[in-house]
Amino acid sequence: MASVLAPEISSSGFSFENCQRNAFLAQKGFPAPKATKTGTTIVGIIYADGVILGADTRATENTVVSDKNCQKIHYLAGNMYCCGAGTAADTEMTTQTVASQLELQRLHTGRTVPVETAATLLKRMLFRYQGHIGAALVLGGVDRTGPHIYCIYPHGSVDKLPYATMGSGSLAAMAVFESGWKPKMTEEEGKKLVRDAIAAGIFNDLGSGSNVDICVIRNSGPAQYLRTYEEANVKGKKQGSYRYAPGTTAVLKQRVIPLEVESVAVHPVQPMEVEPASSRR
Amino acid sequence: MSILAYNGGAVVAMKGQDCVAIATDKRYGIQAQTVSTNFPKVYQMGPSLFVGLPGLATDTQTVFQRLKFRMNLYELKENRIMRPKTFSAMLSNLLYERRFGPYFIEPVIAGLDPYDNQPYVCNMDLIGCPNEPEDFVVSGTCSEQLYGMCEALWEPNLKPDELFETISQALVNAADRDAISGWGAVVYIIEKDKITEKHVKTRMD
Repeated sequence: MASVLAPEISSSGFSFENCQRNAFLAQKGFPAPKATKTGTTIVGIIYADGVILGADTRATENTVVSDKNCQKIHYLAGNMYCCGAGTAADTEMTTQTVASQLELQRLHTGRTVPVETAATLLKRMLFRYQGHIGAALVLGGVDRTGPHIYCIYPHGSVDKLPYATMGSGSLAAMAVFESGWKPKMTEEEGKKLVRDAIAAGIFNDLGSGSNVDICVIRNSGPAQYLRTYEEANVKGKKQGSYRYAPGTTAVLKQRVIPLEVESVAVHPVQPMEVEPASSRR
Repeated sequence: MSILAYNGGAVVAMKGQDCVAIATDKRYGIQAQTVSTNFPKVYQMGPSLFVGLPGLATDTQTVFQRLKFRMNLYELKENRIMRPKTFSAMLSNLLYERRFGPYFIEPVIAGLDPYDNQPYVCNMDLIGCPNEPEDFVVSGTCSEQLYGMCEALWEPNLKPDELFETISQALVNAADRDAISGWGAVVYIIEKDKITEKHVKTRMD
């Protein structure tokens, strides 16, 4: 019995309670709708002093742009971030799950967690679900063994590369890397190359668009998340206004619910009278 | 046909200056047959927190009840009211739990943060991928029309009365181009000190 004091502990993991109903509906001619996919350009490179990750910021549902400025570089730990392409909810939830596992690992061992650990956790999770969790990831980070970039595919296979691209814009971005990447690039050269690769995706792939996000993770010091590193498509200023005059909309009835604005009261805690130690037996 | 369009309906939410608005149509139908014209898909979850659950009506009601249950447990345990952002995370987890057998709803959340009065709007796909933009969110069977209306009408820093006109006209005109949305609409304007619920006059065909 669930109660407030002892709520029922729900079983962890996925619930399949609606599957039979949904299969029945599908059989009746109502197939399950598609979830938001992020047609995406995500990239990562190794440079002289660490790694640089990059991503565009468009999310799409079929051909409709559902988010013009979404975050695709996800936090995993202080020394690593992960770019996600594919089913938006899957990339979001998979990285959140692994981020919490990594934090527990860090607290348990008292060390900076190696990037290899994150790659292993992610690939095991994705392999377990046989590609049904549609997350294509570019994982980048630094640890005591140096900088690392991993490509993780939805079925759980892993590539370890000096430069990587993923998503529908990966071909456009990889063309830029193949012609421009070289070992031991400076940070400025690296950022420029990543920007160019993402811009190639934004302008040549319809599934990618809006802005360039960049995350620089240096061997020394904390990661630098450059959200909206460049606004590749600046929206023009509205020349006119379609504002409706008050009273345009006919109202049939209306109700006003007043809200009590909460007041803040400070109750000082009176120090408790304490008997002198000498009077105690 | 998509199961999300079985009953029809639309919800939209917008940010204004120190206020937010959320609007819903009132139709409930079974495909082309209208059954009820008093079925709003927006529920009040807290003093200044609303959620809209357009999609398959059976799931609208189931998800609302599950949300209410989880939220009541949270508020009793924590002895404080829930922030909109926390509510989004809770709903997102509830939907993602059913990743492989989802509820057929695409939620919209609108509220003022009870602690710092910041406006908040958010929408999700049916498996709980959150989207928190700076302007407006739309959902339902006429979401494409709503995107067009909102993109044209919305401006930053709208006052509560201006926001009401903007959101109402966006919903009413979008629903007029959708056969299975409309039949009346309700708009909630959420401000720091009050909530105004307005029933808007629309075409009934």
